[in-house]
This record gives sequence, structure tokens and C-alpha cells, in this order.
Amino acid sequence: MSERTENPAPQKSQARTGWVSTVAVVLLLGLALAALAVVGGRSLPERIGPPVEEIAVEQVRMSPGRIDLTVRNAGPDPVRVAQVFVNDAFVDVRGGEQPIAPRRSTVLTLDYPWQEGQPYLVSMLTSTGLVIEHEIAAAVETPTGGRDLFAVMALLGAYVGIIPVVLGMLLLPVLRRIGKGAMCFLLAVTVGLLLFLAVDAVFEGLELGERSGGAFGGISLLALGAILAFLALTLVDRWLHHRAHAAGERGGTRLALMIAIGIGLHNLGEGLAIGSAYALGQLALGAALVIGFALHNTTEGLAIVSPLLASARPGVLRLLGLGLIAGAPAIAGAVLGAGVDNAELSLFLLGLGVGAIGQVVVQIAPALRGGEEREPGPVAAMDTTAVLGVAVGVAVMYATGLLVVA
Amino acid sequence: MRRDLMGEPSRRGFLAGGGALLGLGGAAVAARAGLSEAEPRTEQTGHGMYGAASHGGGANGPTFRIGSVVDHHANGFDPTDILRDFDYGTITKTGDGRTLREWEIASTDKELEVAPGVKFPAWVFNGRIPGPTLRCTEGDLLRITFTNGSQHPHTMHFHGIHPAEMDGTPGLGAGLIAPGQTAVYEFDAIPFGVHLYHCHVGPLAEHVARGMYGTFIVDPPQPRPAADELIMVQHGYNTTFDAEGNQLYAVNGIPFHYMHEPVRVKRGELVRIYLINVLEYDPINSFHIHGNFFDYYPTGTRLQPADYTDTIVQGQGQRGICELRFPYPGKFMFHAHKSEFAELGWMGFFEVT
Repeated sequence: MSERTENPAPQKSQARTGWVSTVAVVLLLGLALAALAVVGGRSLPERIGPPVEEIAVEQVRMSPGRIDLTVRNAGPDPVRVAQVFVNDAFVDVRGGEQPIAPRRSTVLTLDYPWQEGQPYLVSMLTSTGLVIEHEIAAAVETPTGGRDLFAVMALLGAYVGIIPVVLGMLLLPVLRRIGKGAMCFLLAVTVGLLLFLAVDAVFEGLELGERSGGAFGGISLLALGAILAFLALTLVDRWLHHRAHAAGERGGTRLALMIAIGIGLHNLGEGLAIGSAYALGQLALGAALVIGFALHNTTEGLAIVSPLLASARPGVLRLLGLGLIAGAPAIAGAVLGAGVDNAELSLFLLGLGVGAIGQVVVQIAPALRGGEEREPGPVAAMDTTAVLGVAVGVAVMYATGLLVVA
Repeated sequence: MRRDLMGEPSRRGFLAGGGALLGLGGAAVAARAGLSEAEPRTEQTGHGMYGAASHGGGANGPTFRIGSVVDHHANGFDPTDILRDFDYGTITKTGDGRTLREWEIASTDKELEVAPGVKFPAWVFNGRIPGPTLRCTEGDLLRITFTNGSQHPHTMHFHGIHPAEMDGTPGLGAGLIAPGQTAVYEFDAIPFGVHLYHCHVGPLAEHVARGMYGTFIVDPPQPRPAADELIMVQHGYNTTFDAEGNQLYAVNGIPFHYMHEPVRVKRGELVRIYLINVLEYDPINSFHIHGNFFDYYPTGTRLQPADYTDTIVQGQGQRGICELRFPYPGKFMFHAHKSEFAELGWMGFFEVT
């Protein structure tokens, strides 16, 4: 029998049988799952033990003689807040008369003559006698989300984000004179600085994770944000690489842009923290804060321009663009933070910053290797200058961080 | 109640590098409902109307959710009735002519609504907190038949002078009374005064705190002067069972009850209050009365008052008799002068007519 190429007909039928079997398998899976849901659920005993009652306070709004708490049921069972006492005195409550279903939220309005600056412990007594506490560290009237507030936040974001970053960039001409050997050192300083920011954000996230109810994953949101940001920046980097390759550009500009994006995502979280601290009256607005942030974030500007030392002189517009990418998210974060205080959102945004920084560090790492090869490789390949640079970066970030007083 | 301090000092440093502190609480962009000043509430004289609570809220003082009350019917007892509910037992004469008083007491496990919407898995004598007020005269022979209908072993331990085997203590006499078992406690009513009884099974604090206590009054051979007599048992509920203070404080079972159902007394009439403290987990309790003073007879074992005051302190198990007349009509508060207890439910009104 001579072998021939197959007819198209059998190919079609093969494709059809393939489809049919796929559909059959999917149907079978569906049926199995349905059967499990019906039979499996019933074959297991009821959960032992008392109902699990978890409530996360997502928002506290203070107005004269009144406290509004937005609470969410973060547990698996319905929760009914029967009564509420504040600093060991029962108070009149409105809202929450009905049990709160899992993952649902409600607003409890407390009639309580609170005093400015004092701490309050709100205790929610559930129908089973459990007490769920929420601490208000220092009572302060919640600013209403008017235009003035957002103007202040935008200004603060600009002071903290854009201006320092641009200031850092102004040092570019100075840096150019110090020669090529210093570039490696500066990049290493950048890595140290970024590592410090990332570690700090993780610690912040761990603290926040304790606060969040866990209904939406708590601390795992930090990981989610970090992974997504890392992947997103990987894609951005690939795209930039292609574009740069086509245009025949040097890699310095690309790296600068990547660092700017990474720092920008980090500044989003920083802005959020500033905004919510302001809303709580926990931010000492003043020269010390602005100067502290300026010094602190000027180093971020340096970090962005350090890859540009080797390349041609960048245009002013390009530099400004990089500064905006790195700094403007602080404004968005501050405005958002002043309006919303939600541990879950904060965790996710912090995570974005961490992931972005991680990706940027991966980008810079090859430049820290001794010798000329530009392969991505282990940290062990760093030369002495690079090691020193990283250490200096961490130290500088720590020291300038101390200047920011609240 | 004791509170565990969570976290750290209120005002923390603000390290910007890592996106510094996200404080507690927050701000909202949502439109505000614009309610700010607490409206002064007019005081209604609720004539025993449930839900007619008008006291409290904001600067007017502590309160449960305005308008919320417990279901006394479902609980099977009402603090207003407990005030003047004296159980003299079944009286017969013994062969030698002594008065014999007999009571049937049963313990059960019962879920009670101890605050509006809050359920408490109580252990109770005769289905109520506090348990029945047993009253007799010095020299009577007392016989209490105790049946344990609870899932847990219990006893009845009476304060007074009696033989060891009648003490209701584990290991003595009948010892622990197991679920379903019955025991008889028999002893002489001595000395006169206001006493108490409670379960004495370990863990003792929990058995008491769950609600196993009541008043035990022994009248002197010569009766005290006629008066409007009231029982007030001070106690609390540790709803979290963490043995760290209480979440609710009360007299006669339900916190804040006498705020909206005031204790009604007549102007000029002698009022005698049998005051007991069985509060667990807090070292002391106190009793303070507004606009008046009372003669205080500690434990009621002497017929001369030891003090003329408006505030007394009682440790756990301490008790006494307060005698007073109200010269003015109107509403007068009474409450723990440990203000924390007052604001967590231990407060009420006298209404003088």
C-alpha cells in the first residue's frame, strides 16, 4: 500500500471527534462537581463549635457627638451587633439591627460625645456575647471630602512626590563629571535604596494585614499586588526593549524609565499613607515634613537619572516626564488616602510598590556585575564598589527617613 | 472590665520611606448626613411600658440601643417582679412545735437574653437570675430539696451557721450533686440578717458568674418595722467567658432595666432594701443613691445601723440592709458609684409618688 497524504475529510472528522470529546469531558466534570456539591456536602457533619464571628472595621468617620463605623463581616457566619459600648459605656446605636451576612457590610452610627485627641475603644457586643474591639488611637474630626481637602492633598503629593524627584534629577550634570566608574556605584546605591523601600513596605504591609479583617485575603493582597506589578513591569520592559531595539537606542533610557515606573508605583502607596494619616489628624504638616520628604525623595530622583550617565544628554522634557511618572502617583495616592481608609486597598497598593521595585532591582542587577558581561547573574557577581553602593543606599534611605517626623 | 491594650502607643512615628503609618479609622468622601448636636431628649415617665426608654444617648448618658428591651416573657422572669418577690416556702410544724419551711429548688441550663439581642448561656436556680429569694425567721428549721436538672454538677451553699455536711461544698455531706440527682439540705435559720446562697462547684467563679446565686433572708425573732421591702442583687455577666471583668452589670438580672421601669416607692414611706453583691471578676461593687441618705446595717445582723450615708461599698459576698424614706416626689437615680459599672448597665431610677 502506498502511503498517501490524508484526505481533508478524515481531518475534519478527527477535529469533530476532538471537539465532541472535549465537550463530553467538560460536561462530565460539571456533573461530578454538581454531584459533589449535593451529596458531598450532606455527607459531612455540621461544623462543631460556636459560630465564628469576625468583624473588620473598614472606616471610622468622626463628627461632633457622633461616630460612624463601617463594619464588614469578615467571617463565615452571620454576625449581629446587638449593643455597643465605647470606653466602657453603652451607647445608642443606629444601624446593624439585622445580622450582617458574610462579606457584607453595614454602618453603625454611635451617639457619643467624644473629645478631640482622646483615645477611644469601641466594643461591639454581638448576639452571642462576643466582644469585638476597635481602637481609635486619637479622635479627630473627619475632614469632609471637599475641594479644599483635595487641593491640600494634591499640593502635599506634589511636595512629596514630584518636586524632590525633579530636584534629584537636577544633579545629573554634576554626576556626569564624576566619571564612568561612579556610575556603577550610583546604580548600586539605587539598588540599596530600592531594597530598603521594598522591605519597609513589606513590614508596613504585615502591620496592616493584622488590621484588615481577612475577608479579602489580608496580607495575601500584598503578595498579589507584588506579583501583578512585577509581571506588569516585565511586560512593559519587554515592550520598551523592542521599541528601543527598533530605534537603535542605548539601554540607559529604558532603565531610567523602568526605575521611574517602579518608584512611581511605590510613591502611590506612600501618597496613600500620607493622605490617610492626614485625614486622621496624625500628620504634622509643616516645614519639617516637607523638607524631610524632599531630602528623602531627592535620592529617588538620583536613582532615576543614574542609568542616563552613560547615554547621550537627555532632553529636559524627557527628564520632566520621568519625574512626573515617578512623582505624580504620590498625588493620586494622597487624594485617594484622604478619602478612603481601607486596609485591603492599602495592602494591594503597597504590594504594587514592592513588586515594581523587585522588577526594577532585577533590571539594574546586571549593571552591578564586575567586568563587562551583561548577563543577568547571581548577586555574588557584584564587585566591591557595588556592594558598598548597596550598603550606602540602604543607609542613606534609613537616615533620610529619620528626617520625616510626624 | 479590664482591657488588653492592643498594639502600641497611639501616636507613632511616621517613616515615609515605606509609606508610613496608615492609622486607625479613616475619612470618607461620602455625603454626610449632617447630624451633629445631640438633641435633648425629654424624659418620659414610662409606666412600665417596654420600649418606652427615653433616657440616655450621647451626653444624656449610657443606654442600650434606644428603644430596645429584652423579652422578659421568654426569659421567664422580670426584674420588676423580682424586686418584691419573697419566697417564704411551705410552712408546717415539726413534732416539737418548730416552724419547718420547705423549698423545692431546681437548677437548669437556660439561654437568657441578658441585654437586648444578647444571648447568655446561663445556669440558673428555678429558671431565673438571681435565683428565688428565700425568706424565713431565725430559729426556723429549713429544708431545701435541690434537684439538679443541669448538664453540670452543682450544689447549694448557704451562708449561715450550719453543720459541715449541710454546707453544699464538694466532698462534704452530699457533696457534688450530679445531673439528675436530688439532695436535701436541712439546717437551722441562724443568724438573722440578709445572706445569700450560691453554687459551690469548681470552677467556682464560673458557676457563680453563670447565674447560680440568690438571696437568703433570715428575719429577726422580733420583726423589723413595717416597710416597703425590696431585694437588689448586684451582679454582672462576663459574656466572653474570659474571666476578665464583665461586659454587663446589673441589679436583679437585666442591665439598665430600672432606667425605663423605675422602682416605684411612696413618698414618706419607710423603704428597706436588702442589698447583695455577688459580682464575679471585679473586686468591689458599690451602691449610691441620689437625693437621699440611708441607714446602713452591714449584713443585717445588728439592729442598730452602722452608718448613715448615700454610698456604700461591698466586696463579693458582702451584703447589707439600707433603710430610708423619700421626702421629695420625682425620679432619683441609684447606681454603682464605680461609674464604669454604672455605664455598663448598673443604674436605675426610683420614682417617688
